[in-house]
Amino acid sequence: MSVGSEIRKTPLHKMHVDAGAKMVPFAGYEMPVSYPLGIKKEHTHTRERAGLFDVSHMGQIRLSGEHAMSALESLVPVDIIDLPLMKTRYALFTSENGGVMDDLMVTNLGDNSLFLVVNAACKDSDFEHLQHHLGSSCELEFCDDLALLALQGPKAVKVLCEHAPSIKEMAFMTAKQTKINEIDCLVTRSGYTGEDGFEISVSAKDAESLASLLIANDEVEWIGLGARDSLRLEAGLSLYGHELDISHSPVESSLNWALSKVRRLGGEREGNYLGDQVILNQLENGSDTKVVGILPEGKMPVRDGATIQDENGNQVGYVTSGGFGPTLNKPISIARIETKFNQSQSKLFALVRDKIIAVEIIKLPFVEHNYYRG
Amino acid sequence: MSIKYSEDHEWVDAKEDDLVVIGITDFAQEQLGDLVYVELPEVGDECTKGENISVIESVKAASDLVAPVSGSIIEVNSRLEDEPEIVTEDSMGEGWFIKVKLSNPSELDELMDEEAYNAFIED
Repeated sequence: MSVGSEIRKTPLHKMHVDAGAKMVPFAGYEMPVSYPLGIKKEHTHTRERAGLFDVSHMGQIRLSGEHAMSALESLVPVDIIDLPLMKTRYALFTSENGGVMDDLMVTNLGDNSLFLVVNAACKDSDFEHLQHHLGSSCELEFCDDLALLALQGPKAVKVLCEHAPSIKEMAFMTAKQTKINEIDCLVTRSGYTGEDGFEISVSAKDAESLASLLIANDEVEWIGLGARDSLRLEAGLSLYGHELDISHSPVESSLNWALSKVRRLGGEREGNYLGDQVILNQLENGSDTKVVGILPEGKMPVRDGATIQDENGNQVGYVTSGGFGPTLNKPISIARIETKFNQSQSKLFALVRDKIIAVEIIKLPFVEHNYYRG
Repeated sequence: MSIKYSEDHEWVDAKEDDLVVIGITDFAQEQLGDLVYVELPEVGDECTKGENISVIESVKAASDLVAPVSGSIIEVNSRLEDEPEIVTEDSMGEGWFIKVKLSNPSELDELMDEEAYNAFIED
């Protein structure tokens, strides 16, 4: 949990500084935004080989108890009860009004124990939220003594197999407790880049040994938050505070795919989570806004906050994330627009400073996902 | 005449009389990281010291180029529109931004020399 306004460091802080990283404040932590390689090359390296990310600022929470799975279902519109052993699922904490409080990954560790990974900026409020609603029925542990590493890219599996051959057969969104060079790890085959890869939860005291082992491989480079953002943007993955926020429901953020069938109208366990009336209604009748991919004409990046307007100059939306996609070598953006404009023949424009730029609506992602489905 | 520097990390090279070439310093391009887009002013535009004249976009963010002197823009480096990476490769040479005919040459005296600029970025 955060201590006052003091800036925090991850267990790998010294390694980043030694590697020449540019450190910036992010969600209360001093984090590497880039390394001497630079954001563009870090990005490309991850798409072509393997990138190592320190994501220890994210929150890792253990939720356990006889009713942990059904209890968590009261806070997420997702099927948790039927989540198989050592499988991971994407979920969302919703508010009473149906807005999104955070997005998270949930892994079923067995023995009525769930492992949650939440966003750094939301982790304190998420923990309070869990404590408030589930504190009396479940045990909650904020795992502040854990670090989290992500190894992402087409060579990630080969790199990790050198130390833990059994991870080779893991499919996307599965988890495994294993040793990597005698270090106890919880490995999930998941990530935030659109590439095949792993997230590795490890005790803080072992984090440096594990990171040293992985970075020693010629295929692996350190990757900072800058490239993490351009990679997830190309992969069309939502970022809390941008595509997702407390004022918009999962339906309004085009996350219908994440809303499990058994929790929808007519499902075995329909509703019964915070904001269920709003969300179930929108699932039936649609929502006024949607989140879509935007391809701006020309080379100028169209960044978050830019207005999206129709040919008559009426505002119909705004950009939630935008920048430059190194893989496509052109600007890419994600925008929230009025649902009725979400069709390819809509003529839309972005307003950047005093320039009006034609934009094309496209289906996300910008770069195809490359997951290993087994 | 030697090259002068602004606190906004631009270099100003006085070529002859009241004509200067302006670019960003090596320190500035390092801070910005990989450039992906440069929005240049139009030839004939007037610039006023302290006002934004151009936008420099890196992968991460957009930054303004602030006019270090006042005058009229007589040439822009249009190569930067297609190859912004020239700035990263050669910020003090091929990666120049604009040429300006000064309206108030005494403004040059307010800029730093190399020694003062190096001390400035040390801080």
